[in-house]
Amino acid sequence: MKPPKFRYFAPRSVEEAVALLVEHADEARVLAGGQSLVPLMNMRLAHPDMLVDINGISELAYVRPWDGGLALGAMTRDATLERDTTAAARLPLLVEAAHCVGHPAIRNRSTVGGSIAHADPAAELPAVLLALNAAFEVRSRSGSRTISAQDFFKGYLSTDLKASELLTELRVPGLPSKAGSAFVEFSRREGDYALAGVAAVITLDEDGTIADARLGLCSVGPAPVRPQAAEALLRGQHPGDEAWDAAATAVITGLDNPPSDIHGSADYRRHLASVLTKEALASAAERAERNR
Amino acid sequence: MQDEDFVTIRLTVNGGTHRLVVEPRRLLADALREDLGLTGTNLGCEHGVCGSCTVLVDGQSVRSCLMFAVQANGHEVMTVEGLARGGELHPLQQAFWEKQGLQCGFCTPGFLMTAYELLQHNPNPSEEEIRSALSGNICRCTGYQQIIEAVQSASQAVAGASATVPSGTGA
Ligand code: FES
Ligand code: FES
Repeated sequence: MKPPKFRYFAPRSVEEAVALLVEHADEARVLAGGQSLVPLMNMRLAHPDMLVDINGISELAYVRPWDGGLALGAMTRDATLERDTTAAARLPLLVEAAHCVGHPAIRNRSTVGGSIAHADPAAELPAVLLALNAAFEVRSRSGSRTISAQDFFKGYLSTDLKASELLTELRVPGLPSKAGSAFVEFSRREGDYALAGVAAVITLDEDGTIADARLGLCSVGPAPVRPQAAEALLRGQHPGDEAWDAAATAVITGLDNPPSDIHGSADYRRHLASVLTKEALASAAERAERNR
Repeated sequence: MQDEDFVTIRLTVNGGTHRLVVEPRRLLADALREDLGLTGTNLGCEHGVCGSCTVLVDGQSVRSCLMFAVQANGHEVMTVEGLARGGELHPLQQAFWEKQGLQCGFCTPGFLMTAYELLQHNPNPSEEEIRSALSGNICRCTGYQQIIEAVQSASQAVAGASATVPSGTGA
């Protein structure tokens, strides 16, 4: 199991990388942390003619406060995000999810941008960023454009990103101070891909009812799932088992074809999605209550 | 064989600097094993699942089967061969020996390097923290229990050694 031959370029700036991608859009692939692409190459499931290695572009690795939330450079490692104090204070949900990505040696290399661009439906960050209403900035020769997470994820391993474009920044709006959030997942072994995972964000009103609820699920469909029907059901409700049960039912009714494999059948994943939705909502509401 | 098919890189491995001429597709693990003869780093799965190929790059654990040697150009690599000082085993190696944290030994270099990074950040980890840190390393022999005990024992040995006069290997 050795990767096939490829031509290798290691640009030092975003401009240089974009120029390479524009010129070689048909043959080039971007190499970020390599924790998904290199296994695929080793198994010869991917055989790009050319790799544009962006690990040397230091201007793409940062975590910065932005508009009450955060701006993350695409080359921010999961291990960096997991330990970032600004992120922990502003968007603890991101930190909680980053900690669930793979194992320590994976997180030392894996990047937030790589996870988004690869768009594995089992990956944590796409689901979490979907729930957080994030937007992604991509650069091309003609300038930059910003794509909302909602429009970005198109299906199994497929996104709105073009081969000639480079994902540069993830922008994540802040949450109201009275919000609480949680990410829970289930996997056979810590760090393995989750059989299902749920991100929940809950904002409470003065009177303790749910002002806003958001959910994002991974591993239960070809792309990360944002179950808006369940979110709508929760608004105006009192936090509690009754509301969580109704939301969980709406979540699984809306699921279309969860994957079925040796690790779990589609039915089992539906069941997990329901249990984890309730857990995530309860824990997010409890945290929101504490912040009230 | 065209020139552009090969790249010249400079790797610092366990303190020594090496100049290598490699294809870009050369995995770091293969450069270490085949080009430098450092066969302590083992390849199990070659797709990032088993952890047996774990080495440190600039002090951070990485899967050397998921990194190309060119990407380590100019960086510092530490392999299992870099643990012992002279003839003396590193406290982690000593503890794996004493607690029988290995049977066939295939997975051991990966466990040692992963545990080494853990103890650098967290000299006194709880059992849960050890299990979490080692969750990405697979061992087909031991059942893990003695590996956990070995890491606990090494952390105590290191703590004891820095608190008191070095007490040798505890024999
Ligand atoms: S050989 Fe690298 S993780 Fe298994
Ligand atoms: S000792 Fe044999 S695989 Fe771990």
